[in-house]
Amino acid sequence: MDPVSFVTDPLGYGFMQRGLIASVIVGIVCAVMGTFVVLKGLAFIGDAVSHATFPGLVIAYIVGAPLYLGGAIAAVATALAIGLVSRRGRLRFDTSVGVLFAGTFAFGVLLFSTIKNYVADLLAYLLGNVLGISTSDLIQLAILGTIVLAVVLVIRKELLFATFDPLGAAASGLPVAFLEYLLLALLGVTIVVSIQAVGIIMVVAMLVTPSATAQLLVVRFGRMMLIAVAIAGVSAVTGLYLSFYLNLASGASIVLIETIFFGLALVLGPRTGLLSRAPRIIGQGAS
Amino acid sequence: MTSATSALPSARVLDPAGTIAVTVEAVTAGYDHRAALTDVSLTVREGSLLAVIGPNGAGKSTLLKLIAGILKPWTGRLTVLGGPPGSSAGRIAYLPQAEAVDWEFPVTVAEVVMMGRYGKLGFLREPRRHDREVVGQALDKVGMREAVGRQIGALSGGQRRRVFLARAIAAEPDLYLLDEPVTGVDATTQEDLMDVLEGEARAGKTVIATTHDLICAAQRFHQAAFINGRLVAQGPANLVLDQQLLAETYGGHVLVLPGDGGRVVIDDAHHHDQAPSGEHHYHDESR
Repeated sequence: MDPVSFVTDPLGYGFMQRGLIASVIVGIVCAVMGTFVVLKGLAFIGDAVSHATFPGLVIAYIVGAPLYLGGAIAAVATALAIGLVSRRGRLRFDTSVGVLFAGTFAFGVLLFSTIKNYVADLLAYLLGNVLGISTSDLIQLAILGTIVLAVVLVIRKELLFATFDPLGAAASGLPVAFLEYLLLALLGVTIVVSIQAVGIIMVVAMLVTPSATAQLLVVRFGRMMLIAVAIAGVSAVTGLYLSFYLNLASGASIVLIETIFFGLALVLGPRTGLLSRAPRIIGQGAS
Repeated sequence: MTSATSALPSARVLDPAGTIAVTVEAVTAGYDHRAALTDVSLTVREGSLLAVIGPNGAGKSTLLKLIAGILKPWTGRLTVLGGPPGSSAGRIAYLPQAEAVDWEFPVTVAEVVMMGRYGKLGFLREPRRHDREVVGQALDKVGMREAVGRQIGALSGGQRRRVFLARAIAAEPDLYLLDEPVTGVDATTQEDLMDVLEGEARAGKTVIATTHDLICAAQRFHQAAFINGRLVAQGPANLVLDQQLLAETYGGHVLVLPGDGGRVVIDDAHHHDQAPSGEHHYHDESR
């Protein structure tokens, strides 16, 4: 097969076109949010929120509401609840999140077990099936993804300041608590738009892996975000073609390509690379 | 400029009718039902340098957060720059403790100092030429212009403090709230930073800084507040060398040896209640 038709042939299928657009959007949105997730140490929260969408999806399925809506309400509610717990809990934060996360997921599984008929739709949400995305789902995904990107773009310098130095940002008059809740709500929306592509269980990889890879490579916030976006985009396309030709699970393929990039950066990266011999430059004592 | 051995800084003579920058009236505050400060009252004149001294956990940082409006008092009242705390956030710069900062964060020196401008810029507005000029001047003041492009983690401890002070300067504040600005820096950096702060005070700015360095407090500040969960005393900075006050503040384990400049010894509280002749913690010595 010649290289051109290798690329173009799959595009003859509507499901492949929709899948490609969806996974690239998801990859980009996750990479942008993921930069904050990595720098603020929210990976575990991201995982918790994505698992917490499950009961929302199941309830929406049972009552016949749009699944997206159920998932979105559950995700955003959980994200905000976690924000609240983090501000006034007595337990260690990861402990509280662990309790919340397992409890909500168990509730979802319990509800799921009460459904008698075949529920392929819901199972697709667990592991993701971006090739099964419908046009209307794709439109919703594109709209929500654009909203998340637009909000982050508009307040990126405030989010950067509040992430880097919450006290300094609050003292200079930024509404740090509001920004924190907003970031968590955006994270909730991001997770909901992503679970159809990669599934509840692997969303956290989409959030964390490209940004973590980028952090190994560069020392500037803006560049870190751009590189994360590039890695996510390339991984989405590569993963989906791999999935098409080798008949592999699409979400898992995308995530594994991202993981390979991470591994390469870890081994070859200029800053932390295991092969890098350059000594780390430490500033001389201020004189 | 000011020699370290000079008896008292000349700026000590304050205009007695000077305007009040900060008033704290019978304030009690803390975290999670545990009071960190009880019934604290003090006033800070405009254009003065106030050193807040006291042992670890005495509530020094809490006092700064209250004045910054980041923390709300349980009881009592604060007036900051003529209004309630938080109402004049754009005129306040806050410098966090070094250990509160994630030094692996992917930001450059220039980006950190530019954050000082965000409070003035407001949402949606990008830094302009004027902002970049202010950032450059601030970096000049602390002698860090040549480091603009470096990642903050690549700097030494002293350089990091210089950069954060530059960020505070770039905010063009009327009130500096500095949490241990000279902790863990070498003598030259300490002198340089204090020279900068003295210049700001002479220009009418108010500086409130926590410190563990009693000699620096005595020699370079105008006023000192002694805190140990409550206000032990507030007065001229040379009171820092008053043995009885120090004993009250630090719990009876401080000894000021007579001699030029004074020599402050903090005795190990757990082992030597009586005889300060054995193993001393030399908290600091005059230079």
